[in-house]
Amino acid sequence: MTEINKDPLLSVRNLGVVYETSQGPVHAVTDVSFDVQENEVFGIAGESGCGKSTLIKALLRLLPDNGVATADRCDYRGSALMKMEGEAFRKEILWQEISMVPQSAMASFNPVYRVGDQVVESIQTHRKASRAEALERASELFDVVGLEPGLLKSYPHEFSGGMRQRAMIAMALSLDPGLIIMDEPTTGLDVLVQERILRRIREIRAELKSSIILITHDIAVIAEMSDRIAIMYGGEIMEQASTIELFENPHHPYTLGLKNAFPSITTMGTELISIPGSPPTLIGPVQSCPFAPRCPFDDAACHAANPAATEIAAGHVVRCVNYENSAQFRSLAKEKSTWLS
Amino acid sequence: MSSSRTSQRFRKLRLALREHYRIINSNKLSQFGFWVIILFTLVAIFAPWIAPHDPWEMTYDSNGNFASLRPPSWEFPMGTTHLGYDLFSQLILATRTTLLIGVVSGFISIVIGANVGLIAGYYGGKIDEVLMRITDILYGMPFLPFIIVLIALFGRQLEFIILAIVLIIWRTSARVIRAQAMSIKQRQYIQMAKARGASDLRIIYRHILPNVLPLLLLYAAFNIAWSIITEASASFLGFGDGETVSWGGMLYELWLSGKTRVAWWWFASPSVCIILLVTSLVFVSRAYEEVANPRLRKR
Amino acid sequence: MVVLELDRLSCHFELTPGFVDRVIKRKPPSYIKAVERLSIAIGEKEILGIAGESGCGKSTTCSMVSGLLDPTEGDIRFRGKSILGLRGDAIKDYRRSVQMIFQDPYESLNPRFRTVDIVAEGPRALELWDANEIEQRSLAMLDAVGLPSGKYAERFPHELSGGERQRVGIASALVMEPEVIIADEPLSMLDVSIRAGILDLLREMQAERGFSSLYVSHDLSILGNVADRLLIMYLGQAMEIGPAEEVIRNPKHPYTRALIGAVPIPDPRSRRAIPNIRGDISKPIDPPPGCRFAPRCPYADASCSNTFIEMETGAGTLHQAACHRLAEIDNAGS
Repeated sequence: MTEINKDPLLSVRNLGVVYETSQGPVHAVTDVSFDVQENEVFGIAGESGCGKSTLIKALLRLLPDNGVATADRCDYRGSALMKMEGEAFRKEILWQEISMVPQSAMASFNPVYRVGDQVVESIQTHRKASRAEALERASELFDVVGLEPGLLKSYPHEFSGGMRQRAMIAMALSLDPGLIIMDEPTTGLDVLVQERILRRIREIRAELKSSIILITHDIAVIAEMSDRIAIMYGGEIMEQASTIELFENPHHPYTLGLKNAFPSITTMGTELISIPGSPPTLIGPVQSCPFAPRCPFDDAACHAANPAATEIAAGHVVRCVNYENSAQFRSLAKEKSTWLS
Repeated sequence: MSSSRTSQRFRKLRLALREHYRIINSNKLSQFGFWVIILFTLVAIFAPWIAPHDPWEMTYDSNGNFASLRPPSWEFPMGTTHLGYDLFSQLILATRTTLLIGVVSGFISIVIGANVGLIAGYYGGKIDEVLMRITDILYGMPFLPFIIVLIALFGRQLEFIILAIVLIIWRTSARVIRAQAMSIKQRQYIQMAKARGASDLRIIYRHILPNVLPLLLLYAAFNIAWSIITEASASFLGFGDGETVSWGGMLYELWLSGKTRVAWWWFASPSVCIILLVTSLVFVSRAYEEVANPRLRKR
Repeated sequence: MVVLELDRLSCHFELTPGFVDRVIKRKPPSYIKAVERLSIAIGEKEILGIAGESGCGKSTTCSMVSGLLDPTEGDIRFRGKSILGLRGDAIKDYRRSVQMIFQDPYESLNPRFRTVDIVAEGPRALELWDANEIEQRSLAMLDAVGLPSGKYAERFPHELSGGERQRVGIASALVMEPEVIIADEPLSMLDVSIRAGILDLLREMQAERGFSSLYVSHDLSILGNVADRLLIMYLGQAMEIGPAEEVIRNPKHPYTRALIGAVPIPDPRSRRAIPNIRGDISKPIDPPPGCRFAPRCPYADASCSNTFIEMETGAGTLHQAACHRLAEIDNAGS
């Protein structure tokens, strides 16, 4: 893989996560490699069970006890995250350098403390700051995310879903992290609220020069927000490219299928086509392309081995043995009959 | 068609049995408990054929001597009482009484508790208020004075002992099942059943009941254990049925004889039986508790 | 031919004030006006989409139509006859005719029932046919929704994927042979790649069986795809109604404009205009009689909060919006 930028902010190579379960080892993430550049929004799209949440948990070392992560490289600004001592990682990296906006902001605030106190606490855990300084910072942050600083005195239950999400983003910004991971930041919110939060995220990125990893199942949100996108399926990155490239020159059959299935308000009347079948369980060793059982273009090679990731153009990586036939795939994929047979 | 339906029922039953088998085999203790319960049940069923003597028969040893206060030997495996009764025979026949009281009162109390809990939890409002106040009153009732009054009124008969036990122990199961019913009532599949036109009774017994079943079995086992302990305490205090032998009753006889310090065997066997059966029931119910409450399950 | 008609339907919930307010200050109780004078008519084989944000009253409306909630005012008519106050067999019959498909396929199936029993539950509860026929019809219904009964009938919900579960949910509604289906966000919990399949199934069944649908969703992209007509609601009031494509391509009401402008587009080259509204959504507690969007509307004037505009909503009516400043807004826009 050629490096676009000499020093990416986060560089991950061949990351894998295996969960030991009573049914055998589950390969939740397999052979994942990507770079996040400075001041970039890197989108990870995929459906439930595709491994996107596990990937993030592995990066933040939040895996449950039965999960083991391995990687050839996992560097943040040159320091190897996986090799750091747990204590050092928690003190120097977590929240300071890499912070996270969890999926359910509802559950992420303790209901018995004021929101402001919780933001102050998260500042004071990592920085030497007086309460007044921390409060000052907290109200600045609230201003950034578009909340009245007066709301710092409120309790979480007095906030609407959108407000809580914004407060959570404020908290994630509190220590000027280099990288913010947002896990489905607008899922479950109404469109107008979502629109406002997305706009705020764009502004923050422009102002604060932080990088963002945006995880979502919503193709439309990711299309609007990201510079680069990785499409995940069955624990692997199926295709990754710059957003424009991915939408205009998709190669992987799964990407094509996802595009067919996703409705757009601008193209009403175009028939939506689903991908028959359901995602793999990932139990046992990976011996074939995880998408092969649902793929309309599969052949013997797809089932024989897990295809390697191939860089077909600068920054455009596809994991499909038949990527050379993608022009043909693209025209066939528009037909519903292709998918149903 | 009807034959296919019976075969379907049969398959359903087999599935259910396999599920119970899996639960019981899930850990060593519940396995142990299960076999102990089976053993006691067999003993209870075949008691009259197993017992070598009548429980109130004055026994003589092979030399023709009156066998009074004999420690355990080949002839009298559990020893004898001061009146020469064979403790082994008493123990075996007492198993029958004890299990009968335990199972009957455990069963009746769980039926009452489940119904009260389901109805209170499902309907809520005034019905819930009334039923729960009744259980509150029962919670305030001290057990021994209650059973003394009851037995003083009706006499020392098995039926009234069971009645007294049932009246006291259904309250806990009612409370727990009410809480569970209230939470299941909120689930969307209950809404769906309602939207499809199911009546209240149908929702309670067809939709909610199967979902509280693991909890119900757990409390059934608890209730049986409690009934056995309760019966033993009542008998020990002299409120048992004088016509039948029970483990508590055996201990009461020992107390009356004044030989507590001498006859350790007389004291040991019924106590061990009570402890063994009650802990076995608790072990099995623990296995069910893991099903009812997945948070206890190990990852 | 109108199948289902809601006539100035309102639903208010009383908020009991605190003891002090009630007894000492003698405050009158407040009301949440969840749905206010809503009129809709659904024609034969029509799919009417209802869109709006949380709290717009779409779920309350569904509950009233399906008979789970009584309206405060107004009337619901099924084939011309009011269903309010129906008793006995008449209400049973109506319940059978109007069936719901639920949002969450993980929550809406009883975990202790096999799929065939889930499907058969409705007919069994209402004793629609004899036991044998119920079983036959349920198995046939599973086949019809794409779950071969030989393979799926004996399975329990936890052995099914999300899409398969939702198919069971649909089968359990359709086996009742309903004339109206209320689908409450039936796709929102499903993965993108299988949504289209469920949508196709609903459409196919509709064509085959000829029921009408009330399709409730917050996702305008899907509604634009599936609905014939679209109703936009805000805080319990109807804002705009019309043919779905018309409403989405050419929204009239300032709220609809904002709502459609906020929908992200899966095309990195497209740029949306920033929705032109202010403030946050509130709750409809003792609202003023007029347009509830007025406090957030950039075009609102003093009269907006006082005038309630009722729209003509009969089946096949034209595109219209409940806004009395449409002309001025169009001028301002051009």
